[in-house]
Amino acid sequence: MSSEAIREQSFTRRALVLGGGMGLVGAMLTARMTWLSIFEGEQYRLASEENRVQLRLIPPRRGWIVDRNGKPLALNKPDYRLELIPEQITDLDRVLAQVGKILGLSFADELRIRADIAIQPSYMPVEVARNLDWPAFAALNVQVADVPGLQPVRAFSRVYPDADQFAHLLGYVGAPTPAQYKDQKDPLLIFPGFRIGKDGIERHEDRVLRGRAGAQRVEVTARGKVVRELDTRGDVPGATLRLTIDRDLQNFTARRLGNNSASVIVIDCLTGDVLTMVSMPAYDPNIFSSRVPAALWKDLQENDHNPLLNKSAMGLYPPGSTFKMVTALAALEAGITPDQGVRCTGRYKLGNNTWHCHSRRGHGFVDMHGALPKSCDVYFYEYGRRVGIDAIAAMARRLGLGEKYPLPLPGQAGGIVPDQAWKQKRYKKSWNIGETLNSSIGQGYLALNPLQLAVMTARVASGLAVVPRLLAPADGAAAPQFESLGIPEEHLALVRQGMYDVVNAGIGTARGARSPIAGVHFAGKTGTAQVRRISAEERRRGVKKNESLPWKQRDHALFVAFAPTEQPRYAVSVIIEHGIAGGRYAAPIARDVLTFMYDPERALKVLGPIEAQLAAERAAAEREEQAEASAAVQAEMMPSWLRTDDIVPPIYEIGPAGEPQLPRDEF
Amino acid sequence: MLNGPWLRELSRLPWGIVLVVTAITGFGLVVLYSAAGGSLTPWALKQGIRFAILMSVALGIAMVRPDVWLRLAWPIYGTVLVGLVGVELLGRIGGGSQRWLDLGFIQLQPSEFMKIAVVLVLARYYHFLPKGFETKWNALLPALALIALPAALVMLQPDLGTALSITFGGVVVMFLAGVRIWLFASAGLAAVAAMPLVWSMLHEYQRKRVLIFLDPATDPRGAGYHITQSKIAIGSGGLSGKGFLNGTQSHLDYLPELQTDFAFATMAEEWGLIGGIFIIVMFGVVLGWGMSVALKARGQFQRLLALGLTATLFFYLAINMMMVMGLAPVVGIPLPLISYGGSAMMTVLILIGLIMGIARENTLPRN
Repeated sequence: MSSEAIREQSFTRRALVLGGGMGLVGAMLTARMTWLSIFEGEQYRLASEENRVQLRLIPPRRGWIVDRNGKPLALNKPDYRLELIPEQITDLDRVLAQVGKILGLSFADELRIRADIAIQPSYMPVEVARNLDWPAFAALNVQVADVPGLQPVRAFSRVYPDADQFAHLLGYVGAPTPAQYKDQKDPLLIFPGFRIGKDGIERHEDRVLRGRAGAQRVEVTARGKVVRELDTRGDVPGATLRLTIDRDLQNFTARRLGNNSASVIVIDCLTGDVLTMVSMPAYDPNIFSSRVPAALWKDLQENDHNPLLNKSAMGLYPPGSTFKMVTALAALEAGITPDQGVRCTGRYKLGNNTWHCHSRRGHGFVDMHGALPKSCDVYFYEYGRRVGIDAIAAMARRLGLGEKYPLPLPGQAGGIVPDQAWKQKRYKKSWNIGETLNSSIGQGYLALNPLQLAVMTARVASGLAVVPRLLAPADGAAAPQFESLGIPEEHLALVRQGMYDVVNAGIGTARGARSPIAGVHFAGKTGTAQVRRISAEERRRGVKKNESLPWKQRDHALFVAFAPTEQPRYAVSVIIEHGIAGGRYAAPIARDVLTFMYDPERALKVLGPIEAQLAAERAAAEREEQAEASAAVQAEMMPSWLRTDDIVPPIYEIGPAGEPQLPRDEF
Repeated sequence: MLNGPWLRELSRLPWGIVLVVTAITGFGLVVLYSAAGGSLTPWALKQGIRFAILMSVALGIAMVRPDVWLRLAWPIYGTVLVGLVGVELLGRIGGGSQRWLDLGFIQLQPSEFMKIAVVLVLARYYHFLPKGFETKWNALLPALALIALPAALVMLQPDLGTALSITFGGVVVMFLAGVRIWLFASAGLAAVAAMPLVWSMLHEYQRKRVLIFLDPATDPRGAGYHITQSKIAIGSGGLSGKGFLNGTQSHLDYLPELQTDFAFATMAEEWGLIGGIFIIVMFGVVLGWGMSVALKARGQFQRLLALGLTATLFFYLAINMMMVMGLAPVVGIPLPLISYGGSAMMTVLILIGLIMGIARENTLPRN
């Protein structure tokens, strides 16, 4: 065999080995491809569908909120925005420069955007610009279409036509917090421009107002460009929410309050409809629904009139003399007859201490008929002491005090209706009689919210266990049937007569609240609640006139009323924080509000001088402010998910609940 | 002229294989037509013209007798090597990754030619090496140097895929020439041992590719994206595919490099497993033909050349398909005749032309 033949043989052997190797690889490739396309084909088909088809949310339009007559309180207007999703952005500087060229971002805007990106989770959209006009928005759609992470958004922004006047009741809307998204896992919550209810009814009824998102299936390229639409499921807009509120009345009431720090509630005694629930001063929910400038936020927080607090539901106040109806009813229930009475000398001795009546000289002989109109403290000390705190507390609860009502509000203060068991539990001490005296005239531990006082008045006026409601029932629904309170009609009649006399009799403490409407009479009760601790030194020197004290130390002014006396329909409670005197300052407001129910034209006339004075005051304050206004940075914004949860009502430091009452001027 | 020896000479060419190659390329044109969204531009038409020209060149090469290549082996190898060095020098001056040699009228990629030249020169080297000397050190070292020199130069460019291809072609020729098996075994072991060294020499992006190949899920949006999307394209095609022009991965831009490195995936999405098997079988026919040519060839040079070139073609196919199916890292080797691009097509058609020349030689009567 030649060497050539050996070489050929060896070559053939090795060539076959190589060929075998190639064949193996070929078989392996075929097997692999079969595996991918046949055995794992389904999985990859899904993956390719997932690539190709994108589900786009169509956010639902938020439901309107309207008043009892269908007048809008909260509605939507179209709003074109540009938003940015940080996690999709690769080069922020470049993107911002690009946007700046189109929109002209200010330095402050850029700072805000960067700050937002820094504090928010990267999947939460950040607003770049809002309220763009249509041409700008259309141009933007073209210019930023291929910039990943930038999204022109056509959204609806919430509008509150009456701004401040419904702020606390309705609340406002805002961007969901990262925590809310984690909690609900609803992709709608990170949809650019989507807003949810943040406070008030907007928050409590958010699910109803929100509606259901629609979805659109679109075919998209890898760069997110839509090639075509596949199918669409429409969105379901949120339901329209009808409230029991009367928009005109609420507006009138808010304007009537001027710049008082106050709360007014009007309840329909027959149906429980809350016609008005005003808490002033307030904030502008339109601003809160976009972004709140930090300077404004700071002002609101530092304002001693507490504009962020819904005083109607969350404020707690000592009821003062407005509580005397409770003491009176408790006394009657305990068998005290209307003709029994006390001789009021202006003083009431208990042990070594002396309690004072607001009348220094005393009221002389006072029985049940005169006790409420004169608001004689000594009468209530005496009979409150006789029936005891537990009977008074039981009556208070029957009248709805210390209770939280089923209302669509995110928070309601329960308040305190003290009794022996409560004190034992709270302070581990037994009740003392001095505390009963103070409770009898609505001081001491008692703390109630304005809503409860309105409900109490409605219950006294109707004799029924009225429960307030804010959501209007569906058309044609039967009026609610409230149970009777079980208080004998003659007891109620006595108390109602007393309240009638407060306003209409010559001895009454609220003669200024007399009805201007022929044939309609108002009945009410004044209250002036002490809010401060009086020092021993002050005790010796005698207490100063309220007007000469700083605002924070003045007494609260309260007034509760109902009308018409002949057939009670409306119940009102008015609380003016540090308003000095219920009869002089709170009662006229209740009068005007009730007047508006019967004769709006006449009521509106009183607004003229009030608003003229307000305008003058505001102009003066503005001049002052302008003088000291520096070019300080005002542009800083609060985070988009601003929260007001942690705002708490002020706590008034009142003296020990068992301390004797001092002589006072007001009642 | 017409009834002279020309017709007889042309009839000796393996027309069957020309048909197979044309069929593969035709199918490739269909894929490119779809990849462009149902359009001849920018790819299919250009590729078709390119194929027509290069096929003519290949047929021309086939008319050259293998003895000519035997004589020209060293000069060709030397020229290509000088070209590689030239590229390297120009690259050093120009900065960055340089693979092209601009001769003014044409841009040449010497590394592509080297895939053929290295097989050519080694075939000649072993042709004249007496039987029994293949495994001797003084015979082994020159052969290794002939492979290592161009491979190292290409690595410097850096172009891992081509360097591997050159090495593979050369090593296959050494194997076929009869170098002892245990040497390959120990070389394999040494390669495994040298892995850390190679690793340290790799570029950052190359390392990343290897790491991502080992676990594509680590970077589904970045470089692992290529492999993942390619697997989705192939897998979603199923048995018979989504249909011509109906690929979504390719048409909606999810598949990167859909007309070049990932053309197989583009094809598989629309034609499914059937299309894939068609391509594998057709190339199998070409490779089998190459092997039969080599087995019948006269003389060690022709044998080594024919099978060495067949192996080079195989390397292209295997690496590309393994890559698109997620069995190998992304190394940037196109699928011959299907992927859009001139260099690879030129190399493959020259290579086929050379084998056809040997096949023609086989049909000549022995003298």
